[in-house]
Amino acid sequence: MRNLREILQYPTAIIGLIIILGLIGVSIYAVVALPYSEAIRLWRGGEDVWSKNPKTAAPTWVNLFRRQDLPATIKVSSEDESVEKTREVVTEDMTDIDFFFTFDYLYHGFPREISIFFETQYDEKNPHVSMTWLTPDGREIRIGSMSLERSATYRVSQDSTLQRRLPGDLPPHQALFAADPEAENPEALQGPYTLQVSAKVFEPEADVDAELVMYGEVHGIAGTDHRRRDLSVALLWGTPIALAFGLLAAVGTSLTTMIIAGVGTWFGGWVDGLIQRITEVNLILPTLPILIMVGTFYSRSLWLMLGVLILLSIFGGGIKTYRAIFLQVKESPYIEAAQAYGASDARVIFRYLIPRIIPMLLPNLITLVPGFVFTEAALALLGLGDPILPTWGKVINDARFNGALYQGNYYWMLEPSVLLMITGLAFSLLGFSLDRIFNPRLRGM
Amino acid sequence: MSVDVKGREDVRDEALLDQLGPERRNGALLSIKDLKVWFELKRWGFLHAGYVRAVDGVSFDLHRGEAIGIVGESGCGKTTLMKTILGLYEPTEGEVAFAGSEVDAFGSRQMRSYRGAVGYVQQDPYGALPPFMTVEGILEEPMKIHGVSDADERKQRIRDVMAEVKMTPMDDFLDKYPHMLSGGQQQRVVIARAMMLEPRLIVADEPVSMLDASVRVEILRLLQGLQASHDLAVIYITHDLSTVRYFSEYIFVMYAGKLVEKARVDELLANPLHPYTHALLAATPDPDYRNALTQKTVPPGEPPSLVNPPPGCRFHPRCPHMIEGLCDVEEPPDFEPEPDHFAACWLHR
Amino acid sequence: MSDNNALLRVEDLRLYFRTRQGVVQAVDGVDFRLGYNEAVVVLGESGCGKTSLARAVLRLLPRNVDTYSGRVYLNGTELMQMGNEEFRRNVRWVKMSMVPQAAMNALNPVLRVGEQVAEPMTAHYLAGKEEALAQARRMFQHVGVPVDFLNRYAFELSGGMRQRAALAMALVTMPNMVFLDEPTSALDVLTQANIFNVLKRIKKDLEVSFILITHDIATSSELADRVAVMYAGQIVEVSDARRFFSDPLHPYSRMLMASVPRLKVDQEPTFITGHPPSLLGPPTGCRFADRCPSRFEKCMEEPPVFEEQGHEVKCWLYA
Repeated sequence: MRNLREILQYPTAIIGLIIILGLIGVSIYAVVALPYSEAIRLWRGGEDVWSKNPKTAAPTWVNLFRRQDLPATIKVSSEDESVEKTREVVTEDMTDIDFFFTFDYLYHGFPREISIFFETQYDEKNPHVSMTWLTPDGREIRIGSMSLERSATYRVSQDSTLQRRLPGDLPPHQALFAADPEAENPEALQGPYTLQVSAKVFEPEADVDAELVMYGEVHGIAGTDHRRRDLSVALLWGTPIALAFGLLAAVGTSLTTMIIAGVGTWFGGWVDGLIQRITEVNLILPTLPILIMVGTFYSRSLWLMLGVLILLSIFGGGIKTYRAIFLQVKESPYIEAAQAYGASDARVIFRYLIPRIIPMLLPNLITLVPGFVFTEAALALLGLGDPILPTWGKVINDARFNGALYQGNYYWMLEPSVLLMITGLAFSLLGFSLDRIFNPRLRGM
Repeated sequence: MSVDVKGREDVRDEALLDQLGPERRNGALLSIKDLKVWFELKRWGFLHAGYVRAVDGVSFDLHRGEAIGIVGESGCGKTTLMKTILGLYEPTEGEVAFAGSEVDAFGSRQMRSYRGAVGYVQQDPYGALPPFMTVEGILEEPMKIHGVSDADERKQRIRDVMAEVKMTPMDDFLDKYPHMLSGGQQQRVVIARAMMLEPRLIVADEPVSMLDASVRVEILRLLQGLQASHDLAVIYITHDLSTVRYFSEYIFVMYAGKLVEKARVDELLANPLHPYTHALLAATPDPDYRNALTQKTVPPGEPPSLVNPPPGCRFHPRCPHMIEGLCDVEEPPDFEPEPDHFAACWLHR
Repeated sequence: MSDNNALLRVEDLRLYFRTRQGVVQAVDGVDFRLGYNEAVVVLGESGCGKTSLARAVLRLLPRNVDTYSGRVYLNGTELMQMGNEEFRRNVRWVKMSMVPQAAMNALNPVLRVGEQVAEPMTAHYLAGKEEALAQARRMFQHVGVPVDFLNRYAFELSGGMRQRAALAMALVTMPNMVFLDEPTSALDVLTQANIFNVLKRIKKDLEVSFILITHDIATSSELADRVAVMYAGQIVEVSDARRFFSDPLHPYSRMLMASVPRLKVDQEPTFITGHPPSLLGPPTGCRFADRCPSRFEKCMEEPPVFEEQGHEVKCWLYA
């Protein structure tokens, strides 16, 4: 009916459309690459899932803005090709397994933490392991020795004994890298480092694997949060949730509002009056506080919130706008003709009135989306977000709760906020352009 | 040419059909007796504040194959009369009978039959068509509503009717939207739609007043042709005497809710009996250069309010022949000074 | 009629609009003359460009004008050269005014009618408020609306009275000429007759010239001294009323006249098949050729305007 190619004449519409298509693309990728159950598992995961991420690390791309790069997380695993693993049978009951973890450290700064993760296989006798650190300038530092359980984590950074043994006052993860541990402003020594791990197992079938993780100051495209979760999971998955929430709410509300307005206007009389009075009362009711009440006293499920939000929004200002248009269209001669050839009331409303309004519906719908997206984020921000799902609002909530801005972790608060703003902007741009197309009186503005 | 309508109870009520015999003048197709259509005025939504007496005592008979023109100025009630005939308004008093049965007493099924039997051609050809439907869609609607469920049957009927309104080649038009058609073509679609359900009566409200002069006669001739080939009764509602004289047999003149004169066309034009008719004829110009040289005599004043019409004859405040004590006191009945020529005027008592 | 005697002289006036579908050549090279105290009817069907002609002369242009050229002489002064502000101040509604289509619906509902009618006087600094209202009162008398309606609002007046008020507004500054665009198309027969009575009287009393734009051939004869027929953006015939209404020259005019149903004479009306060409890309050659029963080979070429017994025709039949 309308030439939708007209949209391309409006640069703002093109920008909005591109952004929305981008968001949709991200949503599809999110759902495909990380299926729902997987995403939930990751997001709710604790130490077992995220232990190898640093806590509240900034995203790696902040390094673009720095003169000196912040260290990123470095992981070296015994299963890597670069790691030498030797196995030497000494006696029947004892086998030596040696690892040499070699890596290049090219940063000026220090990692956040250092941990070594051990995976062992044995029947009864625990393996024993001892570790030595080799710096580029030839220093050999004995780190320690211990016996291992099946899964053991040795947190180097928290080993206070080690800290006392090492020169200077620095914590182990810094002391091990410092060029001069006793200097005023210590810097890391760059170069190849080696961690030598010597393990002894006491059963022929036993085996030991290890992974050295040096937690960086920066990690991943989006950074991490206080529970070491990679934020890109939340940001990625927040996209389809935001879009779905916004679109479903907008579509559900708009369609229902339009139909109710149509029915009311067509029948007039007390039907119309009733609908108008309900609308007027509903307009006074504050949406957000009611949602807060529902969330606090009943349940915080996202879909429930969506349902209540739609219910509250149906009898909103839209009814008045649609009513005005319906009143005009109702007077059209073709409506009278339809009655003359016997059309029923339902047919008139749905086949003759509503199709005239649909062009108006589309821009309204699109402009409504940002509002709903923000409402969801607002709820999450107030702590009433869905407890399970990773949403942008949730991330902002966590950030706020954990003092992100005070601690300088700006990325944590900014990333979801920027995404929210971009979404809102995109839909608004597209919506306003559509409005200009479908409402000819605004054309040329 | 037609769709097989037997056995489909939604489409036609057998009782209705039975009453319509093949004889042309046997019984009136449409019989209006002393029809009054009043609208209540309410102050503040509920206080009674009088009635708008849009139609205030109209009677006439219409037979199959007859075309009458109802002529009057705006506010005379002709639109209300027309809509009552179409079943869009309910009579306040009096009787509208179609094929012998009172329309008022119709149940919903009969009402639907009735709606199918009366076709409506409106004034605004573009407004009368839903702008978001194609021609084919528009023409299908009446059939869908009346239960013609077979799509092929509908298509065939559409083709038949399009041929009758001379919209050929059909395929050129079927998938076009109203705004792609010219005014004349739009009006043909309106007429086609009115013909879809094989009506017995067509009500045409100013069918050509919004069309160009060069197209008007074409459309009117089309209606005339349909009238002849389908033995249709046609009611033209208009304020343009010069057009309607060529396309109807009778002219009824309406003023302030009442029919003041009824006569055959030639008789009315040659011998107007009511002063209002006389004034209308005098004020309607033919293209003639001499018109610019003279002033026309026009009755002073304006048509009366339909809420408080003047007592007695409604035209008396403007009438040059008013008789004191009579015209302003008592309403004149229909006199018949000439055979088949009625005038509601005391001059002819 | 010689050029020197003309109140308004239009030469090769062109007004084209830019639309999404292309350029609409609404007024396509119109030549035209209006004498003093003369009424000329511009007759044409919908889409022939007649309203655009009025807008072109009065310079009431929308934003999407593509071409606006030609020469317009009012009392000998060429107007197209004038700047917009000067035109607005000294010409529009001072020397030339207009009663637009459906003017009766264009009255401001929140102002009293008297104020509105007086407004052109004050807007052009021709008079102070008191004198303007007095002038409005005089105009109301001329058009036949009782003066106590000066204090009423537009909705309190009937259709016919509103149209007369709009006419008074066009006359209040005593212009030399007034465009009337379909002045009675929405009115009843009796009211129409009244309005034309008023126009005839005003033409005599105030010596105003009128350009009446309409498609209604019968009513145009109520006022016309001369008739100009417009088709597809061009003027195809200009004859005096006597000639035109009895025996017009151009085939289109003849067919138009034949399509008018007559009340007083028994003459079956006819119609013209086909429809006028689109103004988006008018055909070359005579624009009426494809509907003309008298067309012949030469009609593939655009005819110039020929003179025939003091009338003008744009048709090869009169070469």
